[in-house]
Amino acid sequence: MELFDNLALGFSIAFSPYTLFLAILGCFIGTIVGALPGLGPANGVAIMIPITFSLQLDAVAALVLLTSIYYGAMYGGRISSILLNIPGDEPALMTTLDGYPMAKNGRAADALVISGVASFVGALLATIGLMLLAPLLSRVAYEFGPGEYFALYLLAFATLGGISSNNQAKAALASCIGLMIAMIGLDPNSGLPRMTGGNLHLYDGIDFLVAIVGLFAVSEIFFFIESHGKSSAVGVKVGKVRVPWADIWDTRWTMLRSSFVGFFAGVLPGAGASLGSFMTYMMEKSIAGEKGGFGTGVPKGVAAPEAGNNAAAGGALVPMLTLGVPGSGTTAVLLAVLVTLNITPGPTLFTERPDVVWGLIASLLIANVVLLIMNVPMVKIFVRVLQVPPAILLPGVTMISFVGIYSLTGSYFDLLLVVAFGVLGYLLRKLDIPTVPVILGILLGHQMEKQLRDAMVLSDGSAWGLIYTRPSDTTDLSVIALCLLIAAVLGFFAPIFLRKVLTKPQAVSD
Amino acid sequence: MARLSDRIFGLAMICVALVYIASALQIQVSFLADPVGSKAFPIGVASVAVICCVVMILRPDEEPDWPVLWTVGSILISIVLLVGYAYALRPLGFLIPTAIVAGALSYQITPKPVAAVLTGLGLSAGLFVLFKFILDLGLVGFPRGWF
Repeated sequence: MELFDNLALGFSIAFSPYTLFLAILGCFIGTIVGALPGLGPANGVAIMIPITFSLQLDAVAALVLLTSIYYGAMYGGRISSILLNIPGDEPALMTTLDGYPMAKNGRAADALVISGVASFVGALLATIGLMLLAPLLSRVAYEFGPGEYFALYLLAFATLGGISSNNQAKAALASCIGLMIAMIGLDPNSGLPRMTGGNLHLYDGIDFLVAIVGLFAVSEIFFFIESHGKSSAVGVKVGKVRVPWADIWDTRWTMLRSSFVGFFAGVLPGAGASLGSFMTYMMEKSIAGEKGGFGTGVPKGVAAPEAGNNAAAGGALVPMLTLGVPGSGTTAVLLAVLVTLNITPGPTLFTERPDVVWGLIASLLIANVVLLIMNVPMVKIFVRVLQVPPAILLPGVTMISFVGIYSLTGSYFDLLLVVAFGVLGYLLRKLDIPTVPVILGILLGHQMEKQLRDAMVLSDGSAWGLIYTRPSDTTDLSVIALCLLIAAVLGFFAPIFLRKVLTKPQAVSD
Repeated sequence: MARLSDRIFGLAMICVALVYIASALQIQVSFLADPVGSKAFPIGVASVAVICCVVMILRPDEEPDWPVLWTVGSILISIVLLVGYAYALRPLGFLIPTAIVAGALSYQITPKPVAAVLTGLGLSAGLFVLFKFILDLGLVGFPRGWF
């Protein structure tokens, strides 16, 4: 069995004491990052990147550390959802709907354990799904030419808007802002500067990390200044932690169903974990019906979104590794890391660097077990972390981000850009314009333009080159590209008509 | 004309996009041009942005809760502080600017002077030890020439 050989290779890499240590460290940091309100997984990974480089980790070690943080943050997000009614990160929003009522009913510890187990089930099944699906998809991806890739990027941007905002125009505007920023710098084809305004600092373009730290971390401090750090006291008591076996057994089908749905939501480029948790919660709510009592604090309402979002987190790694198209903000950051480490994600990754892929998969499996142990018996440690007042936490995070960027680039100009992106992020989030498409636009802009131009070169400037990828043969229609383009158009316009059923979930108030 | 925020932002973004298109038209073209060239994609993206902005202006969403003027003031102060920090980090070293900015930000979030000063000092010293000695980043602690 090829799969087992590959897994054996992966575990031989992942079981070295050093890698194991990094996985555990990553899980711990990740859970804290996820649990703290205002610090999402994308943020946590972005802040850790400069530190990873300064430790001079090799590719496998760096990836293991960062993906452990990613998985850890997906686990941690639920803690503040349940205890504070503030989602630790965006995908954990749905967990507040039943998690917080459950905590107020005095079942905080039960909610934490059930959601921890659900996270484990979701993440484990998704990692297995990743092992099975990624090699298959990478074989399909060999067929991809520039036309297909362009259609794929378009699909990612189109579907991203469906869930991340209630307004398609705003979501599309966010993607455009990102793409417009990506164009700044030297034109890759001609080597001539574009949109730099003659500023030499801009010739290299705007670093993706600068944008993400600004949009996510620095904008957060403005929100905390606005709210004066209120509403972050743990109002509910966590009793003795014991495992509610009966509830876990009752929610077994919920967890399994949600894992599958979440995984496929994650695989869709651009959709990501938020869609996963949203869809699974809605699905379970309609299966349970009126009698299910969703919204009043039922175990199923906690298990479904957590299994869904953790499964989606694993699923989002599939398009990132096989196609180089990230499915969420965090996988976009991971993609940036891969590129910086000189690893090109895509179909060739599986044949050329099996050590990276399977080392990563094996360490995800290990990280999952570690996370289950950390998040069920040791959950009280993380609850204590939540009691750090925001007046200490937020300045600390800001300073760490600044120093991280500064140590990476050594330029005051990048720090100014971080502040500028922080202000932009504050404005965008105030106006309910999603920021993740901006990030994806900055990251994918170059590739998207390059693929479009390559496709046009192949077809001698004819727009049909997007679907007839071999212009010499006008009957050779690329079915993949056509389907992707149709899906992109549908994915963008369908939510406009589905708004009544597909509204972005709002947090419940007390 | 209620719901001004979306309309104002839309109008501002239209201006940005038009300036962007105008400067995209000025891009130097290489003699080795491909069929699409370096101008088309930026112009196309900016045009889509204009369309989105028009939709935003015609069909704006509910007004967000903007903070009161006093809070806007403290957000502006923190922006100025962070910009100052960007300029001060190289000439003044890590410790002094970090202590001041971290303390000030802490005060803006929770206005307790003593706690804010302690937070500033503690974060500055703690992060310096973390970055310099544990993570081995090349940070300069003090202004040049002090020691």
